[in-house]
Amino acid sequence: NPYAGLVSHLRASWLSGKTRPMEYRVAQLEALGRFLDDKKQEILEATELDMGKPSFEAFFSEILLCKNELNVTLNNLSHWMKDEHVDKNLVMQLDSAFIRKDPYGVVLIIVPWNYPVRLFLVPLIGAIADGNCAIIKPSEISKNTERLVAETLSCYLDNDCFAVVTGGVPETTRLLENKFDYIFFTGTSRSPPVGRIVMTAAAKHLTPVTLELGGKNPCYVSDTCDVTNVARRVAWGRFFNAGQTCIAPDYLLCTVEMQDKLMPALREAITEFFGPNPRESPDFGRIVSDKQFQRIRALLCSGRVAIGGQTDEAERYIAPTVLADVLPSDPAMQEEIFGPVLPIVVIANMDEAIDFINARPRPLALYAFSCDSKVVNQVLERTSSGGFCGNDTLMHVTLTSLPFGGIGNSGLGKYHGKFTFDTFSHHRGCLHRNMGLETLNTPRYPPYTQQKLGLLTSTFEVKRRGTCTLL
Amino acid sequence: MERMQQIVARARAAFNSGRSRPLEFRIQQLKALERMVQEREKEILAALKADLNKSGPNAYSHEVLGVLRELVLAMEKLPSWAAPQPVKKDLLSLRDDAYIHYEPLGVVLVIGAWNYPFVLVMQPLIGAIAAGNAVVVKPSEVSENTAKLVAELLPQYLDKDLYAVVTGGVPETTELLTQRFDHILYTGSSAVGRIVMAAAAKHLTPVTLELGGKSPCYIDKDCDLAVACRRITWGKYMNCGQTCIAPDYILCDPSIQGKVVENIKATLKEFYGEDVKSSPDYGRIINKHHFKRILALLEGQKIAHGGETDEASCFIAPTILTDVSPESKVMEEEIFGPVLPIVTVKSVAEAIEFINLREKPLALYVFSNNKQLIRRVISETSSGGMTANDVIMHSVVPDLPFGGVGHSGMGAYHGKYSFETFSHRRACLVKDLKLEFVNKLRYPPGSMEMVHL
Repeated sequence: NPYAGLVSHLRASWLSGKTRPMEYRVAQLEALGRFLDDKKQEILEATELDMGKPSFEAFFSEILLCKNELNVTLNNLSHWMKDEHVDKNLVMQLDSAFIRKDPYGVVLIIVPWNYPVRLFLVPLIGAIADGNCAIIKPSEISKNTERLVAETLSCYLDNDCFAVVTGGVPETTRLLENKFDYIFFTGTSRSPPVGRIVMTAAAKHLTPVTLELGGKNPCYVSDTCDVTNVARRVAWGRFFNAGQTCIAPDYLLCTVEMQDKLMPALREAITEFFGPNPRESPDFGRIVSDKQFQRIRALLCSGRVAIGGQTDEAERYIAPTVLADVLPSDPAMQEEIFGPVLPIVVIANMDEAIDFINARPRPLALYAFSCDSKVVNQVLERTSSGGFCGNDTLMHVTLTSLPFGGIGNSGLGKYHGKFTFDTFSHHRGCLHRNMGLETLNTPRYPPYTQQKLGLLTSTFEVKRRGTCTLL
Repeated sequence: MERMQQIVARARAAFNSGRSRPLEFRIQQLKALERMVQEREKEILAALKADLNKSGPNAYSHEVLGVLRELVLAMEKLPSWAAPQPVKKDLLSLRDDAYIHYEPLGVVLVIGAWNYPFVLVMQPLIGAIAAGNAVVVKPSEVSENTAKLVAELLPQYLDKDLYAVVTGGVPETTELLTQRFDHILYTGSSAVGRIVMAAAAKHLTPVTLELGGKSPCYIDKDCDLAVACRRITWGKYMNCGQTCIAPDYILCDPSIQGKVVENIKATLKEFYGEDVKSSPDYGRIINKHHFKRILALLEGQKIAHGGETDEASCFIAPTILTDVSPESKVMEEEIFGPVLPIVTVKSVAEAIEFINLREKPLALYVFSNNKQLIRRVISETSSGGMTANDVIMHSVVPDLPFGGVGHSGMGAYHGKYSFETFSHRRACLVKDLKLEFVNKLRYPPGSMEMVHL
C-alpha cells in the first residue's frame, strides 16, 4: 500500500490536535487566500493550457468565486464552530444540551479536470474550517493545473496536515484502499461509473461520502418568454468553459414554434459573445483532451446542425453548436454532453416536457424559462433535481447560502458556504447533566410501576397544541 | 424473488402518483399511526414481552412513549419543517427568489433491529412519512413477534401501497437490497452496515447507518459515586444490556474500582431485588446464539459480581468484571449484554488515549464534578453522541441529532433530523426574465476591467 505511510502521517498529525484551534484553521485558510492571490496568473495560464479556459472565465470561477467562499467561511467560522444549544424539556432545565461540531479526521478530496482549482479549493476550505487533515487528488487530465497545485500548494499549507497526491486511475485506486474519515468526490456520472466505485470503496471502511456527479440537465423554454434574454442566458450557460460544466444546460425542450424563434436569437447571442468566428475569440475555450473531443464530435450527428458544427482536431476546437429537431434516440441524448453542443428536442407543451424530464434520471440542475411564474413553479413542483434555476442558468451555484449537490444518479450530499462546513464535521449530540436532583430520575428506575410510568409520561410527553381539555 | 421487486415497484408507482406529497395526506397517515399505537397498545406490549421479556411499564416507556412523542412532534412541526426556506441573497440576486425547497426522496427502505424492535422501525417510518416518501419497512426477524405484528398492523392503518412491510431473514434482506431505493436507513451491526452501504453504492443510494461499538464510560475520582453508579446501572442493565448506547465498559482509577462495584451491587438490589431472576423488570438475552456469545466473553475474567446464567431461559445475571485487560475478548467486541468490564486507568489523559486508540463509539459517557475535565473529554474525543453525568439521555432530547461516526455509523435522525434525512433540500433560484442589463457584466466578450466592477 504505497500511500499507507502518508495517510498514517496525516492521521498522527490530526490526533496530535494541532488542527483544532480556531487560530490554526484561520491561518491555513488565510494561506489558501494568499495562494489564490500569489498564483493568480499561474492559475489562469495553467487552465488555459489545459482546456483553453478564457482568462475571464478562469478569474470568475477559479479565483473570484473561491475567494467568496473563503471570505464567507472566515467571516463566519467562529460562529459556525460554536456549540449549538438546543431546547430542553422540563426535567432538563439545569442541564446543557448542545450540538458539538467534531472534525472527522483525515479526508480525501478527489478533483475533476473542468474547474480544477475551484473543485479542490471549495471542499478544502470546509475540510480545513472543520479542523480536518486532507489529501487532495487533482485530476491528471488537467495536467498543467495538477502540476501547479502539486508543486505550490505545499508552500502555503502545513505539510504535516495537507498533502497533494498525483496520478491517474491506478493511483486513485490504491489511494482508496486506505481508510479515510470522509471522501469528497467530484466527477463524472458517465462511464465508467466512478461515483459507484468510490462509494463501494468507502463502504469497506464505513467512510461517509459526498458525491458530486452529473447528468443531463434539462432546460425547458416555454412559449411565453423574452426570446432574446433566454437565448443569451442559455448560450452563456451552455458555452461557458466550452460546455464542460456539470451544471450546464445540457439540452433544450421547447415547442417547434419556440425552436424557430430561438434559433436566430441564439445565433445572435453567440455572435455577440464570440464574434463571427468563435475560433478566434479569446473568450471561447477548447476541449480538454483528444478523447473528449472525439466523444463530443461523435454526438454531432444528432438532429441537424442549425448553428456551428465546425471542429478542428488539432486545436480540439468545437464551435458553439446548436442542433435542431433532435430525437430522444439520437446520440446527443444518450449521455451527458459536456461540450459546446446544445440539442433542442421539440415537445408539444409543458406537460410533455415534464413527462420527458421525469422519465429520465434526476439531473444535477434543472432550468425553466418563462415570463409566467406559474409555469416556472409548475416545472419546479412536478420534477426533481439537485438544484433549480428559473429564468437563468448556472447562477444558483454562485449563491453561497444555497446548498449545491445532486440527487439520485447526479449525486449525494451537498456543499458551498455553511453546507461545506456541515459536510466535513460530525454533528455530535451532547448532554451535560447535573449530578444533583437525583430524585427527578426515580420514575425511570426499576422496579417499574404504572405510577412511575404516569410520571414519566407527563414529563416526557409532547402535547399537541390545542389539546387543552378546557371544555 | 419477484415479490420484492413487485413490492418496491408498487411503492414507487404509488409515490409517482404524487399522493404522498400534500401535507394533509402525510398528517392523516401520521394520525392513523397514532391511532394504531393507542388502539393496539396491548398487542404491541405483548409482542415485546414475548420477544425480549420486557415488562409492561418498561416496554411502554422505552418504546411506545417515544413513538407517540415523535408522532406528536412530527404532526405539530410538519408545516414549518416542510416550508420553503428563504436564504440570504447577495447583491446580484436581491430581486430574485432564493430558497431551499424541501422535497421527498422517493422510496425509502427502513431496516430495523431486534433490541428495540418497535421504536427502531417506527421512529424512522414517522420521519420518512413526514417527508412525503413511500416506505418499505423490514423489521428484524430475530424479534419475530414484533415483526409479525408490525406486518399485520401497518396495512390495517396506513396506505397499503405507499407503506409496505417485508418480513424475512438474511436471504430476503439481501434480495431487497438489490432493488433501487432513494434512501436506506439501517440499524444494526457495523459488519452488516458495510454490506448495506456496498449494496446502496450500486444505485448511488444515500444511507443512514445506525451501528454500534463499545461506548466507554469514564468515572472520575471527583464525582458523586453513588449517583453515578445508579445512573450507569440503569443504562447498562436495561433491556439486559442489549442497547446500542449502553455504557459498554468502565474506565476508572484503580483506587475507586472497589467502591464502583459496591455501589453498582447496591443499586442492582434496589432495582431488581435479591433474586434478579424473578424480577419482572429484568430482561433476557434475545436468543441462544447471543447467550452463548456473551457467555464466552466471561472466560478467564475476574467476576466481581453476578456471572450466573441459565441457558434454558437465556438468563444472564447482571455481571461486573474487574481488572479487565484491554487485550481480552470482552474488550474486543461490543458486549450487548449485561456484562460490565472495568478497565483501570491512572488518569483522564490515559482514559482519553485509551478511547482514541479504538474505533469511534456510538456514545461516550463521563462522570465528574469537574466541568473542565468534562469539557476536555468532549474536546479530545469523538463519538456519535455523548452524555456527561448520566447515560442514554442524550438520545431522548428531541432536538439533538442521533447517530454515529466512523464505525458507529453515518447520518443522524430523530425529530427534525429524521425529516431532513428523508428529504432532498433542493436549491432554488428564480430570476426575472427581464432586467438583462445586470447580466451583461458576466457575458463575453470579457475584459478584466469589467470583472473588477
